[in-house]
Order: sequence, then structure tokens, then C-alpha cells
Amino acid sequence: MDTDQLIRTLTADNAYRTRPIGLALMLALLAAAPVSLLIFFAELGVRPDVMTAMHNPFFDLKFAVTLALAASAIAVSLHLSRPEASLRGFGWWLLIPAGILVAAISGEMMMPQRTPMMTRLIGKNSMACMTAIPAMSLPLLVGALYGLRQGAPARPAVAGAIAGLLSAGLAATVYASHCTDDSPLFVATWYTLATAIVASVGALMGNRALRY
Amino acid sequence: MREREDEWTDLMRSAISGDDAAYHRLLRAITPVLRAAARRGLARAGQPVDQSEDIVQDILLAVHLKRQTWDTSAPFAPWLFAIARNKLIDALRRRGRRIFVNIDDFAETLPGETPEPTASPSEVTAQLQALPARQRDVLQSIAVDSASIKDTAAKFSMTEGAVRVALHRGLASLTAKLRDR
Repeated sequence: MDTDQLIRTLTADNAYRTRPIGLALMLALLAAAPVSLLIFFAELGVRPDVMTAMHNPFFDLKFAVTLALAASAIAVSLHLSRPEASLRGFGWWLLIPAGILVAAISGEMMMPQRTPMMTRLIGKNSMACMTAIPAMSLPLLVGALYGLRQGAPARPAVAGAIAGLLSAGLAATVYASHCTDDSPLFVATWYTLATAIVASVGALMGNRALRY
Repeated sequence: MREREDEWTDLMRSAISGDDAAYHRLLRAITPVLRAAARRGLARAGQPVDQSEDIVQDILLAVHLKRQTWDTSAPFAPWLFAIARNKLIDALRRRGRRIFVNIDDFAETLPGETPEPTASPSEVTAQLQALPARQRDVLQSIAVDSASIKDTAAKFSMTEGAVRVALHRGLASLTAKLRDR
């Protein structure tokens, strides 16, 4: 096939429209979400004292952090799906969840506490957190990568890592309703570690899946 | 140079709103620029320049399949050159060379410089044979026999919609095969 023939063929396909990436990503995440929720309800479930916990601002702050992570990672993912895009000028979005976390830690530091700092940091659920978040993230990560394959990222590994942050943010939002450790120190330690694991897996998978 | 790139942007906008003739003109206009850059990249990597046409076709396929990632309010050339650079680096890497590809390789090609293809490309043609029968037949009919979508539909007793789907899937799997080979 010579190049003129190829050009004519591509022209014949001009009318074909693919889904916008935002929509493709959303549909893929919606398809993956039931799998993650199944893992959650089968293995963990919402903590029994959730109604009283909701009056604790540090319980609510966990959701602010994880949702901010998911939302900013979605925005960055969509940006990076364009071939000429880079993290420059956009990477700071990812600092929003970190900023909320830092503010929450300083808030907690200023309040009188019954338990010592290290006890709050280590908590009771660190191992559950480290397994549940990656396990619930994995279906979402596969979905996110599937949706983002419509894109053309310049650096597939970076785009994959951000997809990892995105799925970890969503998974952690659900997990936070199970976890009885509400200290921002716990969140900053264990949620961050779990998220880093998912981001690394995302980078490895994205490096293959997101090449175009 | 500016003028040329503004014209590309206008053509791509028309193409996306459904103007096939504009799309055809655009692809024909960018091809010599891509060809010159591919040759320069190959030459600098110490590779025979007669493989440039395979790279050009690789880039054209990617431009086509990824065109929804272009933001219609942005200029077209930076988007095009980002895709072309990515594909050129891939091609050189596959040939065992890691080389720095300068974005100016694309941007600095003079409008008057319109090299003709030197050797006939072989990679797309080879991968075409490996496609599922239906996709291959439709692609062959439209690309090689220059049949329209309507004639192709009649020839294989398919609906026009089915031909369009097979055509698009064929182009997508062709690209996947070229990438993963």
C-alpha cells in the first residue's frame, strides 16, 4: 500500500467518530466500580459506628483527601492523554490532596489528644489499609487504563502512574468508610504508601498499555 | 511557515466537522514534511533513508486514530509534531538506535522541500496480510482497488455501516500490529 493509497483510506474513515476520552474513561471506571465494591462489601464493609463517626471532622477529612486525589488525578490524566502535553503547569493539581493532608495534620496537632502521636500514626488497620486499597484499586486501574488507551500520552509510564493515583484515590474513598483510624497522621502514612504501590503498578502497566 | 501551519489548523478543523476533502488535503500537505523529517532522523541515526516511507505511514495512521486528542482551539502543528516525534523515536529505537529527535526536524522543513518517496513501504503491506479476513478484504478494496465504501459494501454483500466499522477496526488493528511487532 503506497502512501497515497493510505491517505485515501484514512480519508474514507474520516466520518468514524470515537468516544471523547473523558467519556471513555468515565464508562470504563463505571464498569470497573462494581468489582471494587464487591471486594469492599465482601471483605470489609462500612464501619458499624459510621453515624457517630460522621460528626468527627477528621473522619470527614479522609474523604476530602481521597476525593481531592481522585479528582485531580482525573484532570491530570485527561490532560496527559494529549501527545503534546506534559506535567509542567499541571502537576501542581496533585499537590491539592497533599495540601489538605498537611492542613489536617497541623489541625490535629493543635488539638488536645488522648493518645500519643505514634499510636495514632500506627493505628490498628495499617495492614488492612495496605492490602485493601491496592486490591480495590486494581479493577479501577485496569478500567482507567482501558479508557485512557484512546489517548496518546507522550510518556505512557507517567500517564499510567497518574491512572494509578486516580484509582487509588477512588478506592481509598470507599475504604475510608471502613477504616476506624481517622488520624491524618495515619492517612498520611498508610494511605500514601498504599497509593504509592498502586501508582508504581500503574506506571508498569501504563508503560505497555498506553503506548500508541 | 506560520501561514502553512495556520492553514493546517483550518483544514483539520474542517476535517473534524466532516469535510473529507479538507482532510485529504491536510494529509497530503503534511506528508512531505513528515517524509523530510523521517529521512533526517534516519540519516542522523546512520540508517538507510529508504525506510522513511514506513515511518511516514506509521505517523499518518497515528494522526488519524488519535485525532480526537487534538484540541480544536489549539494550533495543529505542535500536536502533529509531538505525534511524529514519538513515532520517529519508536521507529529508530526498534532499529536499535536511541537517538535524540529534535522537534525542529519537523518544524523547520521548508514548504518548498517536497521529497518524493524513494522506496515503496513494506511494513503496512506486510501487516495487512495478517489481519482478520473481513478487515483485510475491506481495507484492500478501499486502499488498493480504490473502491468507495458503497461499492465495497455491494462487493462483499455488507451494509455500508458494517464496511465503515470493518475499515476503522482494520486501521486500528494494523496500527496495533505495527506497534507491537
